[in-house]
Amino acid sequence: MRRSLIMDTVTRLVFHSALVLSIYLLFAGHNQPGGGFVGGLVAGAAFTLVYVAGGIDDVRSMSRLRPWTVLGGGLVLATATTVVPLLLGNAVLESGHAGFDVPGLGHVEVSSTLVFDAGVYGIVVGLVLMAFEAFGEEPIEVDGPGGPEGS
Amino acid sequence: MSVLLAAHAAVGIVILSMTTRLQRAAWWLGTLPMIATLGYAAAHSNHVLDGHPVTEHIPWVSGLDLAIDLRLDGFGLLMLLIVSGIGVAVMAYGSQYFSPSPASSRTAGLLVLFSGSMLGLVLADHLLFLFTCWELTSITSWLLIGTRNTDPAARSGALHALLVTSIGGLALLAGVVLLGQSAGSYLLSDILQAPPGGATVAAALALIVVGVMTKSAQFPTHAWLPAAMVAPTPVSAYLHSATMVKAGIYLAARIAPAFALAAAWRPAVTLIGLITMLLGGLRAMRQNDLKLLLAMGTVSQLGFLLVLVGIGRPEATIAGVVLLTAHALFKGALFLIVGIVDHEAGTRDRRELIGFGEGWGMIKFVTLVSAASMAGLPPLIGFIAKEGAYEAFTHDGAWGAATLGGLVAGSVLTVAYSARLAATILARPPTEAASPPPPKFAFSAPAVGLSALTLAGGLVAGTFNPIIERAAIDLDPRVETAHLALWHGFNLPLALSVVTVLVGALLVVARHPVARLQAALMPRWGGEEAFAASVRGLNASARRTTGVVQNGSLPIYIAVILLTAVLLPGAIFLGDATWPGWPRLAESPLQVVVATVVIGTAIAAAAMRRRFAAVLLLGAVGYGMGLLFVVQGAPDLALTQFAIETLTIVVFMLVLRLLPDRFEPRPTGRGIWYLRLLISGTVAAAVFGFALVTGTDRDATPVAAGVIDRSLSEADGRNVVNVVLVDFRGLDTLGEISVLVIAGLGIVALARIGRRGRIGAVTQRPGSDGEADTTVDEADQAVEPARTGGGDAPREDS
Repeated sequence: MRRSLIMDTVTRLVFHSALVLSIYLLFAGHNQPGGGFVGGLVAGAAFTLVYVAGGIDDVRSMSRLRPWTVLGGGLVLATATTVVPLLLGNAVLESGHAGFDVPGLGHVEVSSTLVFDAGVYGIVVGLVLMAFEAFGEEPIEVDGPGGPEGS
Repeated sequence: MSVLLAAHAAVGIVILSMTTRLQRAAWWLGTLPMIATLGYAAAHSNHVLDGHPVTEHIPWVSGLDLAIDLRLDGFGLLMLLIVSGIGVAVMAYGSQYFSPSPASSRTAGLLVLFSGSMLGLVLADHLLFLFTCWELTSITSWLLIGTRNTDPAARSGALHALLVTSIGGLALLAGVVLLGQSAGSYLLSDILQAPPGGATVAAALALIVVGVMTKSAQFPTHAWLPAAMVAPTPVSAYLHSATMVKAGIYLAARIAPAFALAAAWRPAVTLIGLITMLLGGLRAMRQNDLKLLLAMGTVSQLGFLLVLVGIGRPEATIAGVVLLTAHALFKGALFLIVGIVDHEAGTRDRRELIGFGEGWGMIKFVTLVSAASMAGLPPLIGFIAKEGAYEAFTHDGAWGAATLGGLVAGSVLTVAYSARLAATILARPPTEAASPPPPKFAFSAPAVGLSALTLAGGLVAGTFNPIIERAAIDLDPRVETAHLALWHGFNLPLALSVVTVLVGALLVVARHPVARLQAALMPRWGGEEAFAASVRGLNASARRTTGVVQNGSLPIYIAVILLTAVLLPGAIFLGDATWPGWPRLAESPLQVVVATVVIGTAIAAAAMRRRFAAVLLLGAVGYGMGLLFVVQGAPDLALTQFAIETLTIVVFMLVLRLLPDRFEPRPTGRGIWYLRLLISGTVAAAVFGFALVTGTDRDATPVAAGVIDRSLSEADGRNVVNVVLVDFRGLDTLGEISVLVIAGLGIVALARIGRRGRIGAVTQRPGSDGEADTTVDEADQAVEPARTGGGDAPREDS
């Protein structure tokens, strides 16, 4: 496929900021707008940018993690958060939280639901990557009037 | 006790993970946990036999009140001795039976895992732990039957066993939960002390009986047991004669004394048991394959056992406990013998076997003792068991007499097939030249050991008295004493025994006319055929249902989904709700502007002929909704909405590349067009109505207030939406993301099949379980219309 210099540059500029934003959203979600779902969507949008700029090969070469690993890992994380409290004798998904004083960041409150949210984040990102995996390869030319022009 | 279970699991897993390196050592390593179990039993036997059960309680999932409660009482001790004792014999035998190979080490490892599961089953006091172990035995049994996994017969036999026993397992789970809930405790010991009553308990018992029937191969679900004979003989000897099939008997024995009078338990169990006993006996008489003969004999004996332990009377319970022990000993030994014969002579078909000469004396003696015990001849433990069974039913009115008649008839058949088996090995003239090579001593030693116990159980029956008595008392407190002895004087049971043996001998003498008569009367349909037919029928009806429900037309799918969504709540809505009047339609001019744009783009999207344009307009609708959220002051929702819309458009683009540029004008009549318009209009009206009514016509207090209040205090979060998602309704979220994962995997799989085309999709193998192979083909067909024929682009849910 033909590469566009503008797309490449924009991607390089925006991609990492978007990922940082998505992680911020994940962490901030408990108290401010955000959460694992939105965070995952933003990260998914960042990967979409890479896909639009360089196709499926660029997306694949970004990490050795395969989409289903991200997807499955997210589910494992979320399920584990659900089950672990049971094993500790609490109700399903019962949450705990703790506050820490981190030098440089000040007082940080961490809740165990963050792990669950991280699972959701992983699943959403994995799902976006899965969509590229499913439909993102160069299409076999479709016969018929007017092939795709927009892309 | 839990250490023993853990040891079984650990050793089993170690063997399975080191199959190539362990070779024959796997078998010796595998006996260690079983020997440890026997040692444990020996150390605690005095205590248990004095009437003090050993108990252990380990919290497992304390949040669900699940625990591993173990309890070793007299009956548990007896079962433990059978499970681990015969386990040791089978492991020793297996080391000789198999030539060392990774596959045989795998069998050894699985046998250890099975043994651990079975041990857990007989030690479990918590019903749900019992169920867990019950299922574990089903699964390990499945793996063990399918040991030769390249053989279609082995695979289908294993699948048959798994299907039947796991259907029974499901019934058992339901029964156990009903029983546990109505008793208020899941501890078997609590439930049996204060048995609950009522309709729920009757239903629970019926479900438990289904579990018992499938596991213990009772009519009409018995056919899996003969089908499971494709397993290697050591496996059959251990699982399908001595232990696993006794699991059902074990459970029936546990609950029968407390629940025998509840509902129709007693007549049902007696009838099932008697039919199984007679049917198994009749079938066993016709087998030429010695292993199948034993399998059918096992079916018959399991029926016998179910009658004895299921009736819930003290004397019958004692007889049942003795028969359980006797059966494990003689049937275990006979299976081992048949394995030896098969191994040395290369066949176990009685028509092909010829005389056994020099060096087979010990085998012949073991066969004689074990077959005689099976036939119930003195002076063996089988005789004591049968006498006890007859005795138990002699003073019991018409019902007892009828049952007794059935038991005598079944025992006559047992005599006949025992003789058939024994004659094959004993009565053929030895021909030195053609005699198969005699087995090594180490190969025959386990069978010899078992038959020595069979002999001891008859000759010095008194030594077994304490454990049998304690086992029976722990099953049924009404049992006072048990007297095991060969000689009880001249009485009715003795006379019946004589009759049994004489009629049995008559059947042997007249075996040719009997066989002809049986061949003429035998129904052509057996359990195996019935099972195959029901599986075929299930597959066929599934295919037909799929053909109707999944016809591949997207417009019809959408119409069905939308109409269901509208009509079901709509009916209630029309019946209940009152028109709340118009609410304030807009709160700010900005809303009016955005709403106008949304409405306009939505109408335009529906009118577009080009897919690309339609998708872009749909996206515009979505962004418009996002703007509305911003105006309304919900940044969280708006953020999510924008992100979703962006990704949806991208995914649409990906799919659009595979679709024609334009919606094709389809030759649909005016009628269809109006119908679609009608459906769309109904949906729109209904959704609008819901939105109005739910917003204004509220009579319950909104949960929102409570949730907002509790958000910070309970979940320590200020973002209420997020707290609801990950904490208050976290379980819902877990369910939703699981669906997402499955959908994602499904989409990738379908897309790849679609891209790969139909190459290699059809691989129907003749004569095997070919039904499953067509699914790829069908999935392919289901995808087809979506790619080429459908009028509307499928909308991704993300």
